[in-house]
Amino acid sequence: MKNLEVFMIAEARDGAQTLLKCLEAGGIEVIFGYSGGAALPIFDALETAGTNIKFVLTRHEQGAAHMADGYARATGKPACVLVTSGPGAGNTITGIMTAHMDSVPMIIISGQQVTWMLGKDAFQEADIFGITMPIVKHSYLVKDSNDIPRVTKEAIHIATTGRQGPVLIDMPKNISQGPCNAPLEAEIDLPGYTPETAKDVDASVISSAAELLAQSERPVILAGHGAMLAHAGPELKELAETCKIPVVSTLLGKGIFPENHDLSLGMLGMHGTAYANKAIVEADLIFNVGSRFDDRIIGQPDKFGRNARIIHIDIDPAEFNKMIRPDLCIVGDAKVALAQLNREIKPLETEDWLKTLDTYKKRYPLSYKKQGGLKMQHVLDVLDRLTESRAVVTTDVGQHQMWAAQFCKSLAPWDWISSGGAGTMGFGFPAAIGAQLGRPDDIVVAVVGDGGFQMTLFELSTAVLQKLPVKILVLNNHFLGMVRQWQELFFDNRKSGVDLEGNPDFVKLAEAYGAKGFQIKRPADIERVLTQALEYNEGPCLINCEVVKEDNVFPMIPAGAALEDMIVEKPRHKMEKPIGST
Amino acid sequence: MSDQDIITTDIEPATMLELTPPEQPLHTLSVLVNNKPGVLARVAQVFSRRGYNIESLVVSPASDGNFSRMTIGARGEEDGLEQIKAQCQKLIDVISCYDHTDHNTVSKELALVKVNCGPDQRGEALQIGEHFGCKTVDLTPDSMILMVTGDSGKLDAMIGMMQKFGIIELVRTGKVVMARGMDLT
Repeated sequence: MKNLEVFMIAEARDGAQTLLKCLEAGGIEVIFGYSGGAALPIFDALETAGTNIKFVLTRHEQGAAHMADGYARATGKPACVLVTSGPGAGNTITGIMTAHMDSVPMIIISGQQVTWMLGKDAFQEADIFGITMPIVKHSYLVKDSNDIPRVTKEAIHIATTGRQGPVLIDMPKNISQGPCNAPLEAEIDLPGYTPETAKDVDASVISSAAELLAQSERPVILAGHGAMLAHAGPELKELAETCKIPVVSTLLGKGIFPENHDLSLGMLGMHGTAYANKAIVEADLIFNVGSRFDDRIIGQPDKFGRNARIIHIDIDPAEFNKMIRPDLCIVGDAKVALAQLNREIKPLETEDWLKTLDTYKKRYPLSYKKQGGLKMQHVLDVLDRLTESRAVVTTDVGQHQMWAAQFCKSLAPWDWISSGGAGTMGFGFPAAIGAQLGRPDDIVVAVVGDGGFQMTLFELSTAVLQKLPVKILVLNNHFLGMVRQWQELFFDNRKSGVDLEGNPDFVKLAEAYGAKGFQIKRPADIERVLTQALEYNEGPCLINCEVVKEDNVFPMIPAGAALEDMIVEKPRHKMEKPIGST
Repeated sequence: MSDQDIITTDIEPATMLELTPPEQPLHTLSVLVNNKPGVLARVAQVFSRRGYNIESLVVSPASDGNFSRMTIGARGEEDGLEQIKAQCQKLIDVISCYDHTDHNTVSKELALVKVNCGPDQRGEALQIGEHFGCKTVDLTPDSMILMVTGDSGKLDAMIGMMQKFGIIELVRTGKVVMARGMDLT
């Protein structure tokens, strides 16, 4: 310790210590990671650099990336992933891709072979800079220790501004180990990156938007993840309430507008509510705030909104005209744009429109039968009631995800965490660990299927060691349910590669890791067991729900079909194979 | 000047240009980028991910050595190219990206053509070369290398004319463009 103090006073730093100090100065509070040879100097610096950054050792690099992702989606703050070279870095790919698809800020630091071994197939050398190129917002291969302060500052700046995303820093071992004489405070040098210009929203465009709004009789707001990332909730609410405009949200927009609000129509899209999809079909104005018009919500692009005018606010101009050609494009931060717009709006006459939508709400409610075995919907419905819709809910991908989106109402931003664009199985549980670390006082529930959970369940160790009271709700139907549903509807019910026979006893498994296990087998168990689980705060607990094996998610829009072709219950006749992918 | 004005022969232009249907217009993207490792790969990925072929590519330092100029020729659907331009523009290492399809640009290319010709045919080959303003940059008893510059249509025509002698090798630089007047490239 004495040596360390002398070291610090002399301000001689190596690259790794510099890196950690710069990360801390840039606002990084948590690093999730897994050690290895090429990252040794950086791991050593965790002990010597004297920062307050918390390090969480995971059990797999993919878990580390999803945890950083969950942390960012629950707090709005970026976290860092620290891994070694080669396989360590390679294992983060799915996690980086997931963050990139959903515009989540993340800093990934990978150890690398020494610079003179690059490209020579040295031990654990992989071109992670090249491998990750299509799935990062930007990346660096650092070749001079003195560049570390600038690179770190730029990486955090890029990850957290404009359209956010993951940034990778590949750090050869001789660079992290070598001395860094550059001051910690560096100037960023990014002549090609000017996200702040996107913040000055053109006043004339805002006036045009106000005009289009004033002319509309059946407007609908489509709120996406961009609205969340821009913290535009209050402005969105003001717009909706002042003009009496109903709001639909995308999967990742859940919570930006409270789903218990009279004007909320819930989620739209492939498995969205019937009334949200009907609102889009019948609207004469679709006001998109920060959604990229994903294929899950537009169905057939040339039929989407064909009777409506479309306004599109996006911070990323490359999103305009990508899927849909809007009548008006507004480049900018959703919060800034809406605040400007709110100064120009007047109340609209939308009573008739809201009445029409109300009849749809009554005619096509989200429903399920409580009889006939334990249903995922039933479990989620009770969970939502017991938590008063206040829990942070993370999910994997599949049937349980769509039912959670339908039945777990999101009342506030940052409470709904799901892999939207990438559709990553195995995301939910590690994301919940990250979310719980960032939000220690909130209830965090990982809603997962038996398939996805088994892809990252080894992070039970991480959750136990960190004493995180994450609730893992395993909705166990012993099937890859969504794929099975498609096989039932479109492939003559030929079940191919979907039967998860040989599932472990999840309760025993949880107990083997030192976590608490609960079991729900009958509808009568739900409330009692969930209450116990929600009250359990010693550490993580797992609730295994033996749900019915075969059940289908409705409403449903077959991939590539138009929103008006939505089906609300299982059709009696055989359906054509969908033209879109999955 | 349009392509038709330049083509002085009915001989088929070199087949290397017929990779995509001719009805799709050739776009020329002029991309100013940071002069750093990896930038070319990032730009190339924007094309390859969408299944677009880069037909020609010229990269060299800009007037300020911190930057490089890429001139990229590509054919394809308008919508796709609009997306490609937007996605290039979005790259952190890209300073600017313009799509030049109109006639408000100067567009030039250089080719070295190694022609198979002995003493009997040399005179005719040189005469044709002179017509296209070629320079003879190498001459041997059995071959010569002609250097031709100009817009791509002119190069196509010259190469077409030389085919009768037998082209041993051909190297084209790919075209470079510059906006006319005070407009930026």
